[in-house]
Amino acid sequence: MEATLPILILAIPLFMFLLLGLLGNKMSHKMAGILGTAGMGVTLVLAYITAFTYFFSGNPDFVSAEGQHLQYVVFNVDWLQFYKDLVIRIGFLLDPISALLLVVITTISFMVHLYSNGYMRDHHGVYERGFQRFYAFLALFSFSMLGLVVATNIFQMYIFWELVGASSYLLIGFYYIKPSAVSASKKAFIVTRFADLGFLIGILILSYYTGTFNFTDLTSSAVADSSNVFAVNIATSEHIRNIFASSAAPVFMGGSVLTWALVLIFMGGMGKSAMLPLHIWLPDAMEGPTPVSALIHAATMVVAGVYLVARLFPLYLMEETALVIITVVGAITAFYAAMVACTQVDIKRVLAFSTISQIAFMMVSLGVARPEIHEGLGYMASMFHLFTHAMFKALLFLGAGALIHAIGSNDYTEMHGLRKYMPITHITFLIGCLAIAGIIPFSGFFSKDEILSSCMGYNWVAYVWMSLVAGLTAFYMFRLYFLIFWWKEHPVREGHHAPHDQPWTMSVPLIFLAAVSVVAGFVPFGNLVSWNGEPYDFMKHFNWNVATVSLVVAIIGIGIAMVMYRKENPLPDKMQRAFPALWRWCFHRFYWDELYQFITHKIIFARVCRPIAWFDRHVIDGTMDGFAIVTNKVSWAIRGLQSGRVQMYVWIYLIGALLLGTVTAVCLL
Amino acid sequence: MFSNILIYFVVIPLVMLGALGLCRNIRQIRAVAVTGSLALTALSVYLLVEYIALRGAGATAPMLFTGTWSWFTPLNINLAVGVDGISVAMLLLSSIILLTGSFASWKIQPMTKEFFLWLILLSTGVFGFFISIDLFTMFMFYEVALIPMYLLIGVWGSGNKNYSAMKLTLMLMGGSAFLMLGLIGIYYHSAPAGEPLTWNLLEIAANSSIDKSWQYFLFPMTFVGFGVLGAMFPFHTWSPDGHASAPTAVSMLHAGVLMKLGGYGCFRVAIYLMPEAAHDLAWIFLILTGISVVYGAFSACVQTDLKYINAYSSVSHCGLVLFAILMLNTTAMTGAIMQMLSHGLMTALFFALIGMIYGRTHTRDIRLMGGLMQIMPFLAVCYVIAGFASLGLPGLSGFVAEMTIFVGSFEHADMFHRVFTIVACCSIVITAVYILRVVGKLLFGPVYDQHHLALTDAEWWERTSTITLILCVAAIGCFPNFFADVIRFTFSPEIFTVIGMH
Amino acid sequence: MIYYLVPALIMFCCGVYGFVTRKNMIAMLISLELMLNAVDINFVVFNRYLYPQAMEGMMFTLFAIAIAAAETAVAIAIIINAYRSIKNVDVTDFNKMKE
Repeated sequence: MEATLPILILAIPLFMFLLLGLLGNKMSHKMAGILGTAGMGVTLVLAYITAFTYFFSGNPDFVSAEGQHLQYVVFNVDWLQFYKDLVIRIGFLLDPISALLLVVITTISFMVHLYSNGYMRDHHGVYERGFQRFYAFLALFSFSMLGLVVATNIFQMYIFWELVGASSYLLIGFYYIKPSAVSASKKAFIVTRFADLGFLIGILILSYYTGTFNFTDLTSSAVADSSNVFAVNIATSEHIRNIFASSAAPVFMGGSVLTWALVLIFMGGMGKSAMLPLHIWLPDAMEGPTPVSALIHAATMVVAGVYLVARLFPLYLMEETALVIITVVGAITAFYAAMVACTQVDIKRVLAFSTISQIAFMMVSLGVARPEIHEGLGYMASMFHLFTHAMFKALLFLGAGALIHAIGSNDYTEMHGLRKYMPITHITFLIGCLAIAGIIPFSGFFSKDEILSSCMGYNWVAYVWMSLVAGLTAFYMFRLYFLIFWWKEHPVREGHHAPHDQPWTMSVPLIFLAAVSVVAGFVPFGNLVSWNGEPYDFMKHFNWNVATVSLVVAIIGIGIAMVMYRKENPLPDKMQRAFPALWRWCFHRFYWDELYQFITHKIIFARVCRPIAWFDRHVIDGTMDGFAIVTNKVSWAIRGLQSGRVQMYVWIYLIGALLLGTVTAVCLL
Repeated sequence: MFSNILIYFVVIPLVMLGALGLCRNIRQIRAVAVTGSLALTALSVYLLVEYIALRGAGATAPMLFTGTWSWFTPLNINLAVGVDGISVAMLLLSSIILLTGSFASWKIQPMTKEFFLWLILLSTGVFGFFISIDLFTMFMFYEVALIPMYLLIGVWGSGNKNYSAMKLTLMLMGGSAFLMLGLIGIYYHSAPAGEPLTWNLLEIAANSSIDKSWQYFLFPMTFVGFGVLGAMFPFHTWSPDGHASAPTAVSMLHAGVLMKLGGYGCFRVAIYLMPEAAHDLAWIFLILTGISVVYGAFSACVQTDLKYINAYSSVSHCGLVLFAILMLNTTAMTGAIMQMLSHGLMTALFFALIGMIYGRTHTRDIRLMGGLMQIMPFLAVCYVIAGFASLGLPGLSGFVAEMTIFVGSFEHADMFHRVFTIVACCSIVITAVYILRVVGKLLFGPVYDQHHLALTDAEWWERTSTITLILCVAAIGCFPNFFADVIRFTFSPEIFTVIGMH
Repeated sequence: MIYYLVPALIMFCCGVYGFVTRKNMIAMLISLELMLNAVDINFVVFNRYLYPQAMEGMMFTLFAIAIAAAETAVAIAIIINAYRSIKNVDVTDFNKMKE
């Protein structure tokens, strides 16, 4: 395959970033929007061509004779050499999951670019301040995210990982005049940075023992007669494990070194994917413009953690402990986020917690995936859910954006009964809700069902737990839906326009994503993505019991929501009063933010930084000043000897001479 | 003598000094400063190209462009020059910072001429230091670079300038005293008994006749002597006060270049000449520098003066330089030099920007400023970029340097090195905390002081200065391998004995 | 010879004692002259008794007397100027220069 297309996929967004960033102020708002969207459109086309070529061309570089999907390194350029074999390269790796993510990212990104043309204006069509900057940052983000998913080695991934973090920082803080946005962006960056510390140390451990950064060296082996085609090979990972087992210090603090490396790398993923306890930045990140939330904090960047684990999956398979940790963290997070989502009033917060919960689903799915359980169904399900979730969650966020744009507030208490005023938004939002709740035939049903089947194969606790979360999901999403679109008549205030549907630039993405959410479930996903690249017959592992149960659970969830919120009634208040403690804890997100606030401000700032700063100024600097002061004092003290009085000098001379004479005499005698 | 290209690094500044003496008005002074520093930049770029060409052609000598001219025969003192990749990189860094510093002090008042005279004299010392391979001339140039600092801060500084100038000079002189002792000690052991003694670095290294017991004494002397200038904990306290009081260009040159003299000296003299002691005693200094990395970062978190924040961040970053040098392997030491380059450029950028902001708002207290992004977008954007470079964003220089250091440090498999490497890694988080704290308070948010609304954005000379620095930072960040290759040669086991000792 | 040397020694000790104890600058100057003259006597005496054929001791004494005269003149001038400025010739009052 020619390297031109892949290079362009990365180069166009980067170029758009530089163009809009440097010359944005020289061009009109409209021009910047069109340029940015067009650039992304071209990238979209190229990425689609690449992905379709990869999946469907049948080229022997991409698919082996047995039908196994291969990993193809399109290009790989040395970027920084550490020592002989340890080199950071910037490259482009095509394999099922990177091709899948290329499609997801460019699709959502293009939709968001298009949508923002309408969203980033007020009702009179006046563009927001910093419109060009917004597009520049979007392009930067797209570039970084694309670079991340096509990474050929773990360090390239880390590089782009940091870059997406930075572009996320810039976009969350887009309304930089608002102090809340500034602190949210800061929080997001620092929390993910903290997680990246773990990631970095994990990379260091992994690369030290294996002497390589390349994914292909860690999880795959080269296919005969070709230097840049690889097949996922469990033997390679086994070999890596043996390297660790035979190293000088195979065990560290009770865990093998490989486990530590993998868990630390997963910590990086926890930060980006907002797993408990590093989730606190994501709800705050909703301070950014809504299209940004849709792109970064729902569909693409936050699944980077899942992608990372999936990328190293054969290695994780080697370490049961690491997978168990992933499962447990994911399961707890999924439940926690779903509980919290049931009580929030800000629609973006509800969606944010729902995102956390859904990503946790993907994590759990990876955690329970084993080759022996339905031939690794969990892995496939996770990627499938990543794909469908990206579509319907972006749809929900963009729908929420349309509502916010129309109402001017994030608070659902100011919405209510909007179904008559905004029919397109209503229908598309409903589709999104049905998809996430897992109603047949919407896409969420299929992916979630596969995750549950996989859990079922792992053990029944996981299955029951995740089914419960699935029910909660249906409940809180429909709570949101009913509260926005039903509940009571919309109170149109005097002197205000009635809310209405949005311009076409905003509607088209909604309709498109809704359509995808409807049909995506029927994509024969197993043929394309599986943990080892071999085509996977999904129907063989389809479990009607699981499907029925999950459908029933979802319908129960929806039913409860309908009873409680369809019409204005006192039931929700009653429920709230019946479980005051539970409600309060959920509403305050289990006080995680307060805990972090306490740790950072009361402990780190007050008990570490300030004492150190004080110590530096007073003890260390005091010592240095002390030397100066002592020198000064001594000088003043001996200054009397140099009085300038000749008579005194003579006295001293005489006494000295006498003493010297005596001493000499004594010594000689 | 004048056929050697290196000598022009000293000749050009001296010519500039003469020309400055003849200047009649500020325009001529600027013209001289800018022309001279442009000439130096061009020269160092040319040197870089030549150097790469020579190495490409297969030159394997440790130093190229060497030359020796006798200066004081009885003690065998020579003006001996020579460069390797590291010196070339440092020369390039110095000339770029001198150039941008000249632009940044476009409007310095009063006594413009005298200011530039001292500044150029200082850079003469710097350039001389980097080209020398004779310990004595090296030390002489070192002192030439230090002394003007006293006047530059004491006369053109701000705030508590007398105190700071005195403190800075005395502490660095204290370091020099150790250094002098160490160098003289090296001289008297520079050759086997009976052979003539020498100051020449290469000859001393080739003789390797300093016996181990002496090394144990001389290594700490020279390392601490240079370490003081490299802001090694606990000898760093001149840095916050000194930088806070210094005028913009001096801060830039001092943090950007002078502090690098310390790191450069540490490996060029202490480690290169006394490998055995370096190998055995590294752990002591690893503890100190490991502390300074985290310590500086934590201290920076609660400062309120912009320059103090940056000075403490320099303590942290320069601590990382010494930390990496002490790891004694090719990768980490290459990383150390990259970090020197990177820190030099980005800290100069920081100090330039702080000077520009201070020149407008007349305060450096971040509690009294806010929302500058709306008032002076250009400077604010540059500040954000500098911040990103400092916290190690890929694509800018800080990232590649830090990663090279961490990967290199991790090559040591024992618990001691591992723990300290991980401690040093923690600095990437703390750095993010203090950088974003400043950026958030200073640039974002609502405008704090309504009087600031009348302020203007950067003038053309300020733009030239900052853009040049940003381009350099990005160049290192985007094409690190180019720079790493230039540097790495020196740190091969054949040349750096200590690296082969593991 | 001893008859010449003992008075010279007594003279010298008187000079030292006077130089150390007196605060008056004129008196100190006189003491200084006493010491010089005591030394001169010694020069002459040693020259005469030990090396009668040589003349260096005599010459040195003459030279010393001449220098002493010049030195006294300068010292007196300084003292007079000092007296003009502080109306006193006490040495302990001359401590302004060091400040």
